[in-house]
Amino acid sequence: MVIRLFRRKDEGDKKIKIPEGMWIKCDACLEIIYKPEVERNLNVCPKCNYHFRIPAMERIRAVTDEGTFQEFGEDLESVDMLTFTDTKKYTDRLKEAKKKTGRKEAVVTGAASINGIDAVLAVLDFEFLGGSMGCVVGEKIAAAAETAKELSRPLIVFSASGGARMQEGTLSLMQMAKTSAALARLSDAGIPFVSVLTDPTTGGVAASFAMLGDIIISEPGALIGFAGPRVIEQTIKQKLPEGFQRAEFLLEHGMIDIIVERTRLKATLTQILRYLTGSGDR
Amino acid sequence: MILQYLDFEKPIIDLESRLEQLRRVDDGTDKNLREEVAKLDKKIGKIRKEIFSNLTRWQITQLARHPNRPYMLDYVNHCFKNFLEIHGDRAFRDDPPVICGFAELEGERVVVIGQQKGRNTNEKIHRNFGMANPEGYRKALRVMKLAEKFRLPVVTFIDTPGAFPGIGAEERGQSEAIARNLLEMSHLKTPIVVAVIGEGGSGGALAIGVGDEILMMEYAIYSVISPEGCASILWRDTARAETAAEMMKITAPDLKKFGVVDRIVQEPLGGAHRDHKAAADALKVALVETLSALRHLSRQQLLDRRYAKFRDIGLIKRKAGGNG
Repeated sequence: MVIRLFRRKDEGDKKIKIPEGMWIKCDACLEIIYKPEVERNLNVCPKCNYHFRIPAMERIRAVTDEGTFQEFGEDLESVDMLTFTDTKKYTDRLKEAKKKTGRKEAVVTGAASINGIDAVLAVLDFEFLGGSMGCVVGEKIAAAAETAKELSRPLIVFSASGGARMQEGTLSLMQMAKTSAALARLSDAGIPFVSVLTDPTTGGVAASFAMLGDIIISEPGALIGFAGPRVIEQTIKQKLPEGFQRAEFLLEHGMIDIIVERTRLKATLTQILRYLTGSGDR
Repeated sequence: MILQYLDFEKPIIDLESRLEQLRRVDDGTDKNLREEVAKLDKKIGKIRKEIFSNLTRWQITQLARHPNRPYMLDYVNHCFKNFLEIHGDRAFRDDPPVICGFAELEGERVVVIGQQKGRNTNEKIHRNFGMANPEGYRKALRVMKLAEKFRLPVVTFIDTPGAFPGIGAEERGQSEAIARNLLEMSHLKTPIVVAVIGEGGSGGALAIGVGDEILMMEYAIYSVISPEGCASILWRDTARAETAAEMMKITAPDLKKFGVVDRIVQEPLGGAHRDHKAAADALKVALVETLSALRHLSRQQLLDRRYAKFRDIGLIKRKAGGNG
């Protein structure tokens, strides 16, 4: 249900250190690229089209009309109900994640307009404990679905997550049921739900709300799956084929509707919402 | 079935075999021998009580996975009558780790759905160690829809290490299959009673685990990831599984406290594997009571109640400072 979220040290050490500044190295093609150009390109590598992982607020800026986003439930925080300690205390992990991201939890939800269409958004933040779903993420996604239903506005969820949060035990598993139940009610009310999968979307997030979109979009190259590649390799004692569990693989196997590049995402979302809600020109 | 035992069961098993030897020679004439038998019997009871009242979560995990533990079909055979198995997802294939069918519980028609581990090597391979592929979950959903159509209550039995992590499973949409079941079960218009009988392994368990009442056998476990998986990720050492089991709090009393489980079904002394019939009888009583209570609810009441139940599971901190 949960895949490994953090790179091991030895993997990290192999990377060439580039000084902070105007130039960065692309994780995929290893080309040195000009940072402002990458940022103008919504954090997509101009050389190889690699889609960098981006924080939730950046995602929101990229797809919504300027100044329209109004956040919901930004004060909700996680509780260490199991007094969980592994190599670190869960409370310390939370503190570090909050400091690193400036956010209180791994999802940002709110209302916004997309080319004039009012929608409800939920955006997972991979930087916050690997976008893992604990009780707060479950609560906010379910609440977003309920709000979308009340307001009769489409719901758009951007996923980026390793899965359920182990530090909240079985309660985090139950968030899969909670979010899916809220989406059932949204679906029964005939309100559109568009799920956007970004790198990575795995485990309990993939196996609940992320795969339940009326329309499922993915960014190119995103890792999407139930089990992490390492777990599968260990189980079947086989090397996995090239491109396994990537967005293109899922499209080929009929699991997602469309792959959309980040620079085209706002336009495509607009078109989909117009088709599903009957508003505006297609 | 060959009786196998866990390390911590050994003192009990040793004494029991001594007792059995004594009983074999006891023809009722030797008073000393009779006293010895009685004494030993009492001692076994005491030791068993001592061991079983201080089980660690890791020991309970081992009981939940005990090779002699009753599986879904054992419960079905003991609790139900006239079981009729039906097969297939109508799309790809029949998935043996998931068993579906019709059965009678105290004369009432129900649909039963559950995960089955295998008892011996051949069975284990056939049942894929209780790990379902997407078509298993889709078969379960198809049968749940039948139950809804013909207004039959659904009883599910959870006993799986998890959904199968394989290439084919991913190709055919393991995540989608699980997610779809969660959504559909949340608003299925018929009562659903869930029984966690052994290992409740993560999303693969939950995929048949959304219901109106969640029952859990006393020594079953239910977790977001296996203790071994958790240890491997967080400690990078599967040997820390014992610690992970403790940390994640995956036993029936833990989960009752957190509102994940509604009712704990007591197992016979020494665990369900020591007396399948007694375990099944206890579960049967709980199933009959639970189903008859649910029958009094209207469809809307049932669905509202089910929604509220899962909507409320979880602990968070709101601005006001209180835990919600």
